[in-house]
Amino acid sequence: MSGFFTLVGRDLRLAVRQGGALGTALGFYLVVVAMLPLGLGADLKLLSRIAPGVLWIALLLSALLSLGRVFESDYEDGSLDVLATGPLPLELVAAAKALAHWISTSVPLALLAPVLGILLNLELVAYPALVATMLIGTPAVSFLGAIGAALTLTARRGGLLIALLVLPLYVPTLIFGIAAISAMLGPDDVAPPLLILTAISLGAIVLGPLAAAAALRTQMQ
Amino acid sequence: MQTFTQRLANPTQFMGLSARLLPWVAGLAAAIIAYGLYLAFFVAPPDYLQGEIARIMFVHVPSAWIAMAGYALIAVSAFGLLVFRHPLADVAAKAAAPIGAAFTFLALFTGSLWGKPAWGTYWVWDARLTSVLILFFLYLGLIALRSSIDDETLASKLTAILALVGIVMLPIIKFSVDWGNTLHQPSSVLKLSGPTIHSSILTPLLVMGAGFLVLFVAMHLKAMRNEILRRRVKALQLAEVARAASQVVAPAE
Repeated sequence: MSGFFTLVGRDLRLAVRQGGALGTALGFYLVVVAMLPLGLGADLKLLSRIAPGVLWIALLLSALLSLGRVFESDYEDGSLDVLATGPLPLELVAAAKALAHWISTSVPLALLAPVLGILLNLELVAYPALVATMLIGTPAVSFLGAIGAALTLTARRGGLLIALLVLPLYVPTLIFGIAAISAMLGPDDVAPPLLILTAISLGAIVLGPLAAAAALRTQMQ
Repeated sequence: MQTFTQRLANPTQFMGLSARLLPWVAGLAAAIIAYGLYLAFFVAPPDYLQGEIARIMFVHVPSAWIAMAGYALIAVSAFGLLVFRHPLADVAAKAAAPIGAAFTFLALFTGSLWGKPAWGTYWVWDARLTSVLILFFLYLGLIALRSSIDDETLASKLTAILALVGIVMLPIIKFSVDWGNTLHQPSSVLKLSGPTIHSSILTPLLVMGAGFLVLFVAMHLKAMRNEILRRRVKALQLAEVARAASQVVAPAE
């Protein structure tokens, strides 16, 4: 298990020291959210109504943008081959890389969301709900995204392809993320959507590394 | 003693069998659909609320059935490729994807045409429409992934993994879009308590469903044959290139 955490630590250090990646994702998130009021009109009532959905969708797009890097640089410089022949099962390698992506990209995006909520006139009571659902739901984003990153490793136009493959798989996370926020703000019981959101994330943590490792193994033969 | 599927693993045997079967299957599809259309237009009564427009159901509902069956076939083929390494499984999965996507599009398109007079709009974000639309996206993803990888064996294995991920996620996606309210009428044919449609409409619907199924089998057989022939042509061309290259090298020695 220590190999697993060493790998997570290495990926996190790389993410911090190489720089650029996290900043790009956060910048993209900021720009997308800032463009929307310009396109939709600056009606504050409308903006506060659609804010949770806008923030969630923009978060999915920003996370997608950085998914290509999960395996790519290690594949290009050969480290992935070293990891594949090492003692750690490839499933755990994929899980470590997805976990590192979650910590280095998805969590910062989720924490930035309330700041962007100010731009969209989101009600203050919604902020805890927004951040809570994003922290619970984003493991699914990183771990399902790892499948797309692994499948498109040797494909041409990989970046665009990831979006087509992975976005349909994000539908349940998006729907229950939004459902949980509106339940927290409204009269509905908040437990069911939140529990289902948790279940989707836990399922993705199991399914993602298995499928990603199968895809990586196929391409490294 | 070989099982039937093991004998089919030999492409030559498959080509022989499918060549004999194909005209019969295609003819059967044409006959059943012709009979189904006759029942749909002349025997089934017009809907008491929607009138003649409800007859679009006889194309719409079978298309949606085949759209789902096609994805199931791809998932089974993907399993057959990854687990049993059956040589025809990949051909089956590759041939089924565009056909299944076409039926999915047909279901969406006819549903949209039906929605305008019935609901007053071409499109609503209703649960069933949304899940069929996402099924369409999954089909597109399979086709796009396969077409963007040059190595064919690699492409087939990766597409198979994606197909299996898709079949795991499909029930979850279906469940999540059903979470909201739905405008579409609930399923009225497949029910534990028996169908809730009158037999004058149910019979043409089932006949059309059978016709579409046989049509899918015929198109799938034809597409599989084309794919096998395409691979043979490619292998011959590669052999030709290799032979030409060896002849160029030989005199220089």
